This record gives sequence, structure tokens and C-alpha cells, in this order.
Amino acid sequence: MRTIMIIACRELRSFFDSLLAYIMLIAFLGFTGFFTWLFGNGDVFFRGEASMDAFFGVAYWTLFFFIPALTMRLVAEERNSGTIELVLTKPVSDMQFVWGKFLSVFFLICISLALTLPYYITIASIGPIDHGAAWTGYIGTLLMSAAYISIGVFASSLSSNQIVSFLLALLIGIFFHLLFGMIARNFTGTLGNVINWFSISGHYQSITRGVIDTKDLIFFFSVIFLGLFGAEAVLVRRNLSSNH
Amino acid sequence: MDIVVEHITKRYGPQKAVDDVSFAVRTGEILGFLGPNGAGKSTTMKAITCYLAPNEGNIMVGGISIYEDPQAIKNSIGYLPESNPLYTDMPVINYLQFIARIHGIEKNQVNKRIAAMVEVCGLEGEKHKKIGELSKGFRQRVGLAQALIHDPEVLVLDEPTTGLDPNQIVEIRELIRKIGKEKTVLLSSHILAEVEATCDRILIINKGKIVADGTASDLRKRAEGKEILKTGIHGGEEKAVQDALRDLKNVEMVELLARGENLFEVHSKVGQSSAKAIFDLCVDRGWYLTQLTPTETRLEDIFRELTAN
Repeated sequence: MRTIMIIACRELRSFFDSLLAYIMLIAFLGFTGFFTWLFGNGDVFFRGEASMDAFFGVAYWTLFFFIPALTMRLVAEERNSGTIELVLTKPVSDMQFVWGKFLSVFFLICISLALTLPYYITIASIGPIDHGAAWTGYIGTLLMSAAYISIGVFASSLSSNQIVSFLLALLIGIFFHLLFGMIARNFTGTLGNVINWFSISGHYQSITRGVIDTKDLIFFFSVIFLGLFGAEAVLVRRNLSSNH
Repeated sequence: MDIVVEHITKRYGPQKAVDDVSFAVRTGEILGFLGPNGAGKSTTMKAITCYLAPNEGNIMVGGISIYEDPQAIKNSIGYLPESNPLYTDMPVINYLQFIARIHGIEKNQVNKRIAAMVEVCGLEGEKHKKIGELSKGFRQRVGLAQALIHDPEVLVLDEPTTGLDPNQIVEIRELIRKIGKEKTVLLSSHILAEVEATCDRILIINKGKIVADGTASDLRKRAEGKEILKTGIHGGEEKAVQDALRDLKNVEMVELLARGENLFEVHSKVGQSSAKAIFDLCVDRGWYLTQLTPTETRLEDIFRELTAN
């Protein structure tokens, strides 16, 4: 655990050193702020009710695009510059390495969501807000982010080219984000339900509405673990016979 | 801590990068790993440092197998990878802190260790610069500093002196020799003079197989067999002298080194010496010797002989 934290902290620091973190924070707060408060059609004042739905709706899409941009370099860059050999010949296992990378972006997302707490406080002060729904909304957003980070880490481990990693993460992400839901609508019965179960939007919406269901938690944790184990498996592959 | 490599084989696709290699390095020994590019040096080192698992065979470091407890082995090894990869966006100090912490050095010891490394590796003036801004020589020093920071029992250095200027090379060699007195050191190079100057034992590897193993003088003896004498004979016609030398029983070949100076290179047959015969010849003919010098076989020649296709 200590090793994981050391790796995560180093990575988080390099996000801030390279300005990437600041750009991400400004863009995220800018986007969500604009659509939550100023956009008009669908913003807080337009709705005329004290709820965070407008914010979570925007965060759902912004994070979908931002997270691959943050995760794309995690493993790809290390592989490209050879530093992966340096780290993995220190007392660090492949799994610790992958978890460290995952947590670094997760912490950055936590920071950016913490900076949106003033939205919550402001809305709560102008009307009666459903506190439960607001908090579960945050939890849902964190879970969704974690799922996309894990997919991003997996995509990043597949290639030493960051652009490829970015596009791959978006490609895998769009299935969970949109396509599974759309495909499911064309099927009825069990098949439709099964495909719909893979769609992140359904699970996200049910959590942001204020209901934390074990089914949803199982879904998010499955995606997270699957992505990270996949990334580890890709790293371990160097021991088989391929040329890494 | 000893390194024992037992019959390791590593394949990249159909090609064998390392083919049934076995050797051992004892504590207090500096082993030089020599070979042409692509001979399997780096692959073997990657296997020892637990980065790549070999397809076959076993490696023991300090009695622990790489399959048993790779984390413990990694913690006792200081490794400088081939191209010296570093986090170029980090300042030297922060980078060393990161490495120290990942090795589990206690918090109150971290700064002490970093200060020691900065001094040993001569990084005092550069310690607050970003690694990306450093010249190649200083980067190499940072690479060495990170390999030494946890005071490892075993040091694995893959071409440690590439990119350094002659002064730095001498410094680094002295450093390695100093460290090598108590620790186990494995270093690779394709500069022969370097290996000869630093190492107690030399291992030559070619196409994934070990082709020679021994001290520099062992290797020389092995390759010698043939005695080569630089011979100067005056008092006679150049042509006549050369012919007379050629007719000697033990002589295989006579080469004229410089026209008009009566200087020859006399190659004796394997395992035989022609010094006495040459002397006797001179006495016989009334010539006189101006020079009779045995020529040492150079390590380069041995290397070329062993690794030529």
C-alpha cells in the first residue's frame, strides 16, 4: 500500500508540474460552471428547483472526455521512455504499479470534484436541496470516473503511443457510455436487460437519483478491477515471449 | 550476496536472445560482461533484476530464487538500465527522494542518503535542476546515484560509462572498484579497455552463449598458444635474414615490419618458442640482435576471434 501511494503521489505531482492538472481543473470547472449556472436552457435557474442534476449531467460528459486525456500517458509514456524498466526493477510489483497509476488520476478527479463543492453549498443556500441525492451524485460521479480511469490505464498499457492510448480509451469508453444503452433499446427481454446492464449511464443515473444499489456498486467495481487486472496482464505479457 | 545464474534461456519470438547461460558472481567480485551488440548482455541483466522472467532456468540472488521473492531481490539490487531512463520532468533531488522512498529507506535516513549520493556522484551543483536539463554525463551520474542510494548488496550496471568524458570515466571506474570490494558487481560494456581496467573477471557472450570466462590474463593465455616475437636482426641482408628465420623449425610465419630496418614479427608454431633458435641463428651467421620482444596478444584480438561470425 505504501509503495502504491508513493507511485501515486509522484504521478500526481508530475500532473501539477506539467500544468496538465491546472488545465484540467480550469477546463472542468469552467465547463461545469458554465452549464450549471449560465447556459440558460437547463441550468439551475432555468429549472427553478434546487438540485445538482444540471451539474452531474455536465460532469458525466466532461469527465468522459477528460479522463482519457489524463490517463493516456500513464503507462504509454513510461514504456516509451523506458522508465517502466526502472520502476519495475525497484521493489514494485506490476499490480502496485498499475494501482499507483490509477490512484494518481483518481486523486486528481477527487480534487476537481472537491472544488465543485461551492456549487453544492450555493444551491443549498438558495433553496431546499435533496442532500442525499447530492451526496450520492458525488459518489456516483467518483465511481464512474474510477471506471473510466481503469479503462484508461488499460488502454495506456496497450500501446507506447499516447494518441493511440487516448483514442482506444475513448473507443472502449463510448461503448459503456452510450452504445450499450442504445443497442439495448433495440432488444427486448433478457438480452436487452443484459446489454443494458453494461451501460454506465443507467447505473450512474440510478445512483445520482439517490439510490445506492448493490447491483450498481458491483457493476462499477467489476469494471474497475477488470481494467486494472487487464493492464497488469498486459504488463506481465513481457515475460512470455513478445518483444517489450 | 552471490548471483548464481543457472541455465537460463530467453526467447524473443523464435530467436533465442540468451541460450542456456550459466555463471556465478561471488561477493566482492566485479564481473565484466562483454559482447557485441545484441549478444544477450542486457537481456541477462534484465532477468537478474527481475524485469524479464527467463523462459527456462533459474537465477538465485543471495540464495533467493527470482521466482520465490522477486521483491526482496529487487530491493537488494542497484540497477542502472542500458539507456539510463529517468523521469526527465523531475528535479534531481525529488527524483532521488522518490527512489529512496520506494526502496523503503526510513524517513529520517532519506536526506542523509541523498546528501551522500550527491557527494559521491558529484551532483552538488545540479541537484535542483530538472533532470531533462542535464547533460548526458550528469544524467549518467543521476542514474548511478539512484542505483546506489539504498546501499545495495548487488550492483548491476548496463554500460555505465557511455556518454561520459574521459575524466568522468576514470572517476566512475574508481567508484565502481571501490564499491566492488565489498559488494557484488556485474557490469556490461563493449569497451574492452574498460572491462580490463575495472573487472576481476571477464565473461564474453556471443549470440546468447558464453564463449569465454576468466580473468584478463587467463583469456590472454588461452588465446596465446602462439608466441609472437618482435625481432630486430642487423649485420645481414634483409632478404637473407627473413629467409633464414622462415627456415627455422619452430617458426610458422615471418612478417617484415618495416622495410630497411631489418625488423620482423616472428610467429611461432602453437605451443613452441623460437627465441633460442633465433639467438642461435644469429650466433651461427655472425648477425646481431637489436631487439627480441614478446608481443602480448591484445584483448581486442581475443574478443574478435571469439565473437567473429
